[in-house]
Amino acid sequence: MKKLIGLFILTVIISCQDTPTEVFTDSFDRKAMLVYWADHIIIPSFEAYDKSLDDLVVAKNIFIENEDIASFENLRVAYLSAYVSWQTVSMFDIGKAEEISLRNYTNIYPADENQIQSNIQGQNYDLDLPSNFDAQGFPALDYMLYGLAEDSNAEITLLKGKDFSNYLNELVDRLKSLNAEVLNDWKTNFRDSFINNDGSSATSSTDKLVNDFLFYYEKFLRAGKIGIPAGVFSGSALSNAVEAPYSEIYSKQLFFAGFETIQAFFKGVSFEGVQNGTSLEDYLIHVAEQNNTSSISDEILAQWALAEQKALALGDSFRNQVEVDNIKMLQTYDELQKAVILLKVDMLQALNIQVDFVDADGD
Amino acid sequence: MIRHISTVMNKSIEAAPLAVFRFLFGVLMCISIVRFWSHGWIEKLYLNPKWHFHYLGFEWVKVPSPFLTYGLFVICGFTALAIAVGWFYRLNAVLFFLSFTYIELMDKTTYLNHYYFISIIAFILIWLPAHRYCSIDAWRNKDIRVQFVPAWTIDVLKVMLGVVYVYAGLAKLNPDWLFRAMPLTIWLPTKFDLPFFGAIMHEKWVHYGFSWAGAIYDLIIPFLLLYGRTRLFAFTLVLVFHVLTRMLFPIGMFPYIMIFSSLIFFSASFHNKVISAIFSWFNWSKSMFDNGRTLLQKEWRIGQFAQKLLLLLILFQLILPWRFLLYPGNVFWTEQGYRFSWRVMLMEKTAYANFKIVDGITGKRFYVQNEDFLTSFQIKQMATQADFIIEYAHMLGDHFSSQGHQNVEVYVESYASLNGRPSQAYIDPNINLLTIKSDLKNKTYILPLNE
Repeated sequence: MKKLIGLFILTVIISCQDTPTEVFTDSFDRKAMLVYWADHIIIPSFEAYDKSLDDLVVAKNIFIENEDIASFENLRVAYLSAYVSWQTVSMFDIGKAEEISLRNYTNIYPADENQIQSNIQGQNYDLDLPSNFDAQGFPALDYMLYGLAEDSNAEITLLKGKDFSNYLNELVDRLKSLNAEVLNDWKTNFRDSFINNDGSSATSSTDKLVNDFLFYYEKFLRAGKIGIPAGVFSGSALSNAVEAPYSEIYSKQLFFAGFETIQAFFKGVSFEGVQNGTSLEDYLIHVAEQNNTSSISDEILAQWALAEQKALALGDSFRNQVEVDNIKMLQTYDELQKAVILLKVDMLQALNIQVDFVDADGD
Repeated sequence: MIRHISTVMNKSIEAAPLAVFRFLFGVLMCISIVRFWSHGWIEKLYLNPKWHFHYLGFEWVKVPSPFLTYGLFVICGFTALAIAVGWFYRLNAVLFFLSFTYIELMDKTTYLNHYYFISIIAFILIWLPAHRYCSIDAWRNKDIRVQFVPAWTIDVLKVMLGVVYVYAGLAKLNPDWLFRAMPLTIWLPTKFDLPFFGAIMHEKWVHYGFSWAGAIYDLIIPFLLLYGRTRLFAFTLVLVFHVLTRMLFPIGMFPYIMIFSSLIFFSASFHNKVISAIFSWFNWSKSMFDNGRTLLQKEWRIGQFAQKLLLLLILFQLILPWRFLLYPGNVFWTEQGYRFSWRVMLMEKTAYANFKIVDGITGKRFYVQNEDFLTSFQIKQMATQADFIIEYAHMLGDHFSSQGHQNVEVYVESYASLNGRPSQAYIDPNINLLTIKSDLKNKTYILPLNE
């Protein structure tokens, strides 16, 4: 048997002796990439988000205590900064975040006003239920802080009601506790299992996170923030479907926070923005060098630059943008869409990563 | 010459190899069905999808109610066991062939060459006297019990296996496989976590070595198996090759099926030993089956018909894989004449298809979210194959028309990447897909592949 295997290998070698043997090079170090992702991008992002939620909890407590305009404005500021911070962790739907559906409980929009109102009035609700996805998280906060009444004073008056302040209280505390669970898991168990799952199967960390990255890009950034409100999937624009429609003027800022996260992750820019580590870009360049082809990464970055250009032309309020000049939204969408092809077709083929892995047989 | 052929066709041989083949095939099929079920694939691949993709001419094959679908699999698994032990053999062989083939026809998303192979073998088995030796049928009915059968009934299986290997080898004789080592160059480097082999999986010479060795293996293995002097060596190659592919690729039961099938090439004395070993394990004797009787071709009731039918089948198998020559363009790109031709693990194709629903009069348009209608597995298969794209477009057209949309036209913006080439447009984006019928004509709306 051993002889036969030897013979087989010999056949293999003989059959390709025309091919010049290349200098031995190490294959790409996936583990180093995972360690870098965990320690310099993912965990710091969750920590920063956690801190912003701490601030939000404090601001909420102060407001509920004082119920005045100063603490209300302060709460709104804390809300915005936590919401922006959320955009930097949304794509990491892996581990505990995936297990507890962090994203579904944090940012499903548009918010269901009726559901929120009936929760507040009825007192009898369970925010764990999927039917309450769109009655909590930041979209619900956006409604509570900006959508209840015409102006701040009227808002405050309403929020003074015990039912309202209880709900507000619960929404904020829940955001904090959900993320605390996720962050804690990253810091205690999940980091190690994440970086040690450095194989190449469909359930390996690299494959899973690349899938998360693509899913976030396609569904939440491209479609959720731009495509759906612009009416790409419905034929007519849906201005109410923008992110944070009640506060209105923050949708562009939220979009860019997500878009920058995507690009930084791809390029391997650390959370603090100071470091450039092993990334998908490096991985693509490595594979291209091995095959003597040009890397697709430059095209991806160039395409994103085009999308960014279009997005910069949008107004701060996407709601207004959709209603007044939707063409610009559609143009942004088109450029974002072109990158989907580079990512889902070219990148995935180069890295041999399965999208939406299905464990069926091949042949 | 004709006399020679006629002697070949009428020669007799011991039935033992056929009995072993019948047994192993039945057992492996039963395991395959149980495995399929236990992975939850009945649910995932047949019951969960809202829509299914059909083979041309088999649009009438529908996924029945969940109860009946599970029932089909029960029938399939049960009849496979019945084949193994040779109990009401012919009836169960027919039922197995029908139920298995029906399952495969329910959704072409799940098409695999090895399922097609199983259907063919199951069809062949219907017509073979595989139950006349060492089976429950032969044990209960001494009239059908024979020790010798017409040699062609074993040769037809060898020829079929040979066709599979040789055509799989011929399919590998293409520039991508031989001179770019594609798609192995894409697949192998991610197998770095394999024991022993892992460290060299990114080496160019390994990619070329595997490609060439694979092609040579496929082309010569049936001949090495055919001759006694090389048979043991050939079988060792079979083992190494299929175990290796099992380690590298998610190909399920296929390696085992091929390994056990190739035992058919071994001599009758080998198979007699196998049977004796199994029988002695149960404390049985197979002497009652060794009755010295011969099933003569001319005395066998269905013999003449079966022989002609299977000869036609083999001829058909020899011709069918060449049909891709009738179509212009790269067969890997257009996939016209791709299926049913033993193109096994031959390409890496990634694609993306974005469908646009347009009101032909007002020009109002919107895009479809594929996951609203298809499973992720279907989406992947659909995007890479033109016939899927057309069928899906029609399903979308019907759906949106029934929703009250007017003057529905369906367009697709699709991109595909083949064997590491940069992505390029696949289907003509300016064609209303509803104007296209599903047929075998050359698909002119597939844009040419830029090399």
